[in-house]
Order: sequence, then structure tokens, then C-alpha cells
Amino acid sequence: MSENTITFEIDGVEVQGTAGQTIMQAADVAGIYIPRLCAFDGLEPFGSCRVCTVKVNGRFQSACTQPIAEGIIVENDSEELLELRRNLVDMLFVEGNHFCMFCEKSGNCELQALAYRLGIAAPKYPYMFPADRNVDATHKDVFIDHNRCILCARCVRASRDLDGKNVFQFVGRGPQKRIAVNSRARLVDTDLNVTDKAVEVCPVGAILTKHVGYSIPVGKRKYDHTPIGADIEANKK
Amino acid sequence: MTKEQENIMAKPKIATTSLAGCFGCHMSILDIDDRILELVELVDFDKSPINDIKEFTGECLVGLVEGGCANEENVRVLQDFRKHCKILISVGDCAINGGLPAMRNTISLQECLDEAYLNGPSTQNTSGKIPNDPEIPLLLDKVYPCHEVVKVDYHLPGCPPPADTIWEALVALLTNKPLDLPYELIKYD
Repeated sequence: MSENTITFEIDGVEVQGTAGQTIMQAADVAGIYIPRLCAFDGLEPFGSCRVCTVKVNGRFQSACTQPIAEGIIVENDSEELLELRRNLVDMLFVEGNHFCMFCEKSGNCELQALAYRLGIAAPKYPYMFPADRNVDATHKDVFIDHNRCILCARCVRASRDLDGKNVFQFVGRGPQKRIAVNSRARLVDTDLNVTDKAVEVCPVGAILTKHVGYSIPVGKRKYDHTPIGADIEANKK
Repeated sequence: MTKEQENIMAKPKIATTSLAGCFGCHMSILDIDDRILELVELVDFDKSPINDIKEFTGECLVGLVEGGCANEENVRVLQDFRKHCKILISVGDCAINGGLPAMRNTISLQECLDEAYLNGPSTQNTSGKIPNDPEIPLLLDKVYPCHEVVKVDYHLPGCPPPADTIWEALVALLTNKPLDLPYELIKYD
């Protein structure tokens, strides 16, 4: 063990990480899955979706932004936190227009998979059916459907930090907050390319590649048989 | 046998209906295949499109509702189901979140009617009027999930829910056992 090793506890299990890691990073290595939506391996932590909320020494913290520290007691898989995550996912479902039955992303969607994992049969909140969400299909290879956007900012961060392009950013505040396209109004006017990381990282069906819809049959999609997080749990020793 | 004994001996009753749905969920019910023979051992069917009984003949243990509420008739039928069924189950995405019919929820009702009867590219309506016969149920302002209209006890998502999901849920309810569906059987598509 180097002097950088930090020992702490998640749900009563001793976990070791290295200084500078977040709780989520250390948990991933240890094979403990902390649910998440806005966090993505290789992107700066953003801490907006709060789905990864854990309790650190009794206080709520987002596991994707909170660094590990010696001896902290982290609570992850408790009924209280599961209920909180269920509520957050519920709210994301009713806040947008999520029609899983015809969405191309269905079966590969992280929001949907999280709802499956959390055991949500129906949201407890009333559906809002917002009427102000448009679809921008001007680009020849990519379209963005704002009905399904959950404002996780993965595309914003990936375009800025990985693609070096700044194609996407947020405009507006509060309920009016939207993903917008850099400087101009239409996707076709940007330098977005279909191979950009910003296209790949969308957890839901908001940013999709054209011409390849429904290419994977039902039963063979990512989350048809395997719950989200199972890949991380496979790291468990 | 006294009337009371008959009541105790009688099989529980089940009712089904399709509101603003496509009957796909009913197809999925039929998709339990020969297990339907086991089902009729467990229950009697009351009001249902499967046996074409139009009105409730009495109290039911389970009501399966497909489809959401798009018009006033849907609401009346749903309220009738709530009144007659001890346990009400929303079956499928339309009952749970409005489903495809709820796509109109982002468009005003007037615009929908204008597009359908007046301005649509394939519309041929020489009267220039939107149908308004008292026989036609009035449309609601938007399509509502069932649990936003009455209390719903359970939800079986899916478009449609797999036959195995419906079967497992019904058998668990009827035999008073806890329902523990495997991961594969709860899906939204």
C-alpha cells in the first residue's frame, strides 16, 4: 500500500482508493455500483442529476464530485437513498416527453435502465407533457430531440473537452433551461460530426445518429437482460 | 347449497377493458396460450372484450385496464371498473403514461381536430365541420394515464407487457403469493 492509499467504508464494506479519487471512482474500482446519469467515465464530474447522491458521514453528497477521505462512512444502498433516486428518476420521466415504446434508444437508454433497476412501474408524479420541446433534424447525420433531453450536460462537456468544439451549451434558467447549439440555432450550422464523442455520450434518445435506428433487435440490446451497473459490479473481488 | 356457500365456492371474477389503447395488451393476455385453460380454472371472466360481456354482472376481484383516458367514455368506463373491481391494474404503457395517444398532449385539442377533419393533407370533408354528434364521446383536453383519473393498485408496464408478466402477476394475485418478477419481465417497450 502506498501512502496515497485511502481506506474508507461503503455500506459497511471496507474500500480502498487513491488520493484524488471521487467516491464514485473508488466505488467503481471496488465493484460497488452507485447509480448515475450525468457522470460519465472520461468527462469532468458535473454533479447535476444528483442520482448518485450518497450519505457521507450522515450528510448528502454527490458521489461523482465528492473526493474520498480517510475513514469516511459512505451509505449507498439504503432504502432512504433508493427512494430519493427513484423520485429523481420519476421527475425526469414526467418532466419530458419520454415515449419508450417508439424511441430508438429504448433498450440502450440509461434513464430507462435506471428506472428498471430501481423497480419503477409507474411514476408517482403527474405527467407534464411539455409542449415547448422541438426536434432539430437539420444535420445530415445527427438529430437532437429536446423532448427526451434530461440536461445531463454530457454533450456539453464531451464537445468542449473531448471534441474541442463547443457545439452544445445550456441556455435559460430553471424550468426554461435547454441545451442549445453553439452560436447558431440549427445543428446543421455547427461543425458537429457524427463521429464526435458528444453524439456518443448521450444517455437518452436526445442526440441520435440518423440512418441506424432500431438496428439492434429487441432481446439483444444493452439492458434487455443485464441491469445497468452490472458491468461495474463485475469488478467486485 | 345455500346462497352463502355458493358465494364462497364461486371463483373470483376478472374484468378487462381497452380504453384509449390498441388492443395489443389484450393480444398479450391471449398470448398466455394454453395457460388460458388454467386461468379459467382460477377465475370467471366478467365484463371483457374477450367474452363480449358488455356490463358488469357483479363485483370482481381483478380489473385489467388497457389504454389511457382520451375521452369522456374512457373516464366513465374506468370509474365503473374502479367501482366494481377490488384490485385495479393498469396494463401497458398507454394506461400508465398515456402512450402513443398522449402524443397529442403537446398539441391543443382544437389544432388536433382541425388537422384531422379540416386541414389534413388527406382530409376529404365537404361539410367543413368537425363531427359533433351526441353519440360520439367528447374528447378530453389531453390523454390521461389511468392513475391520474382513479386510484390504480398495480402497474404492469410494457408495450405490450409480455404475456408472462401478465400471467405471473395474475397467478400471484389469485393465489395470494408475493409477486417477484424477473428483470426481463418489466420493460417499457
